[in-house]
Amino acid sequence: MRKFALIGTPYLWLFLFFLVPFGIVMKIALSDIALSIPPYDPKLDMSAGWQGIKDFFVALDFENFVWLTGDDLYWKAYLSSLKIALISTVLALIVGFPIAYAMANSAPHWRPTLMMLIILPFWTSFLIRVYAWIGILSKEGYLNQFLLATGLISEPLQMLNTQFAVYVGIVYTYLPFMVLPIYATLERLDESLLEAAEDLGCTRIQAFWLVTIPLAKPGMIAGCFLVFIPVIGEFVIPSLLGGSDTLMIGKVLWEEFFSNRDWPVASAVAIILLLILIIPIVLFQRNEQKQRELEG
Amino acid sequence: MSVEDFAPWDDPQATPLIRFENVTKRFGDFTAIDNISIDIFEKEFFALLGPSGCGKTTLMRLLGGFETPTEGRITIAGQDMVGIPPNKRAVNMMFQSYALFPHLSVADNIAFGLKRSGMPKDQIAARVEEMIKLVRLDRYAKRKPHQLSGGQKQRVALARSLAKAPKLLLLDEPLGALDKKLRTDTQFELMDIQEKTGTTFVIVTHDQEEAMTVASRVAVMDEGVMKQVDTPAQIYEMPNSAYVADFIGDVNLIEGKAQPMKGAVKIVTADTTMKAETDNSFAKDQKVTLAVRPEKVSISAKKPTKVNNAVQGKILDIAYLGNLSTYHVELASGQIIKAQAANQRRLSRRGFTWEDSVWLSWTDTAGVVLAE
Repeated sequence: MRKFALIGTPYLWLFLFFLVPFGIVMKIALSDIALSIPPYDPKLDMSAGWQGIKDFFVALDFENFVWLTGDDLYWKAYLSSLKIALISTVLALIVGFPIAYAMANSAPHWRPTLMMLIILPFWTSFLIRVYAWIGILSKEGYLNQFLLATGLISEPLQMLNTQFAVYVGIVYTYLPFMVLPIYATLERLDESLLEAAEDLGCTRIQAFWLVTIPLAKPGMIAGCFLVFIPVIGEFVIPSLLGGSDTLMIGKVLWEEFFSNRDWPVASAVAIILLLILIIPIVLFQRNEQKQRELEG
Repeated sequence: MSVEDFAPWDDPQATPLIRFENVTKRFGDFTAIDNISIDIFEKEFFALLGPSGCGKTTLMRLLGGFETPTEGRITIAGQDMVGIPPNKRAVNMMFQSYALFPHLSVADNIAFGLKRSGMPKDQIAARVEEMIKLVRLDRYAKRKPHQLSGGQKQRVALARSLAKAPKLLLLDEPLGALDKKLRTDTQFELMDIQEKTGTTFVIVTHDQEEAMTVASRVAVMDEGVMKQVDTPAQIYEMPNSAYVADFIGDVNLIEGKAQPMKGAVKIVTADTTMKAETDNSFAKDQKVTLAVRPEKVSISAKKPTKVNNAVQGKILDIAYLGNLSTYHVELASGQIIKAQAANQRRLSRRGFTWEDSVWLSWTDTAGVVLAE
């Protein structure tokens, strides 16, 4: 019995806080918009008894999902989100790997400090940090002032409200999620493996490509998923730093929900987003498990 | 000494494969290798023996090219090794941790070095097969290192380091991670492989038994200095210092004052006066140490006749090892002498027990007189 309670607790948690809300959202997605509170129909009327339940299920349909396929705004937003997430992930990898590599190769007594510096931004509110980028990237911002002062440009550049600003914001925000898993794999890398590679005829650079990179791969994959998955649904960064041309599904979702008060369509958008995310999440879990087996 | 004996170090005409000339290596203030000069010859199985931190691993890393000497010169096959990186040396190393690439299979680990050398593919496959056969891992070629036992990993590491047919193979504590039984088996396997391939082996170990078993010559190191370089038998029978005598095997060290004689020396100790033959000359009253191995000390109930060296003492302790027993005998001065005797009789019929008064004796040639 105690064993059952122990195993059951996480399942109960998942049921209450994932499956039940998902069911509710799914139900809303299958409903129709209505001018009422809450703003959708049908609502379950238990007083009507069996007939009420029957009427309720008959009224549910996939109209909203069909609607999503009809308007190209939605699939464009999904594609654009995927594109932005993909590019940001690659950028974060390009920036993050050298940072992780430098950390893993620094003197051991420096490592805790460097680790702290990577985690430190989390101590400030995410919103404030994104707002700070407005101060840096705007027309009168620090970056433009600096570039003007050094004479590199004669006119201030339009950086804020562009895709560029979105990428800067995303890479900046999600960089620790890329650095930390890569650092974890690189730090464990046995120095003698590189010496063995050199001993067997590799140059330092060959040893890096043939030993360091393959052994850091699980960390790199984990980092990529940890960036890619949340960035797809990212809403705050594109809405604060991106212009009207930055189309992301998170923003669309927000607008459907709050501006249009179309809960059913917003719910359908969310359901599709979840389905899209399941694929990378499953792949991520697979990678983790493979890594554990390798070490076990 | 017969002509067939392998002893190039006794031949002044022989050119060494490896030559250390006054090599010193410092790490900051710490001197890891202190002015070492040594020659190692082709096809030798050379053991570097010493306690941890004595510089034996540093010496090996100097050969591998992972460290550069602070002073002095290392030549391999007549070529000065200054500035030559590990990947350009005809030297391969077997690492203490084995350093197998975890992402590659056994066959790919062995092929790793061959691929770098630009060997044609079919030749690589043939060579890998040959090496896998050599270390008897035929059934494991496709496995990853984490699916192998310690002994199997050790053999993969050996095969990988031998695959490129190096002139010189360095082995850093190759058997350290194996249990005793497996270690003994592997020692003979190593000697076999060394003979088959004709490669020069330099092995680092802290296990004196291992060094004695496998090596053609042993170098005993301490604090960056080579104390003695000699064949295992010479090191055991004719140690040149109390340190070496003590480090290799068990030994009784008896201190005393010298009274020189012709071809021998009398040693006056707290308990008695003993005689030992020696070729070295000592000054009168010079402090000397007599090193006698326990198995060369006889134990008897009555005072032995016809022997110059006999002392009386009391049995303090008996270490029963099965085939042998080691008796710890305390002399009147408090010095403890170990005597080893084969247990030819069953335990119940053994002659001596604790607290017994016994006589210890040894011949004039049993010990080595050391000035120290």
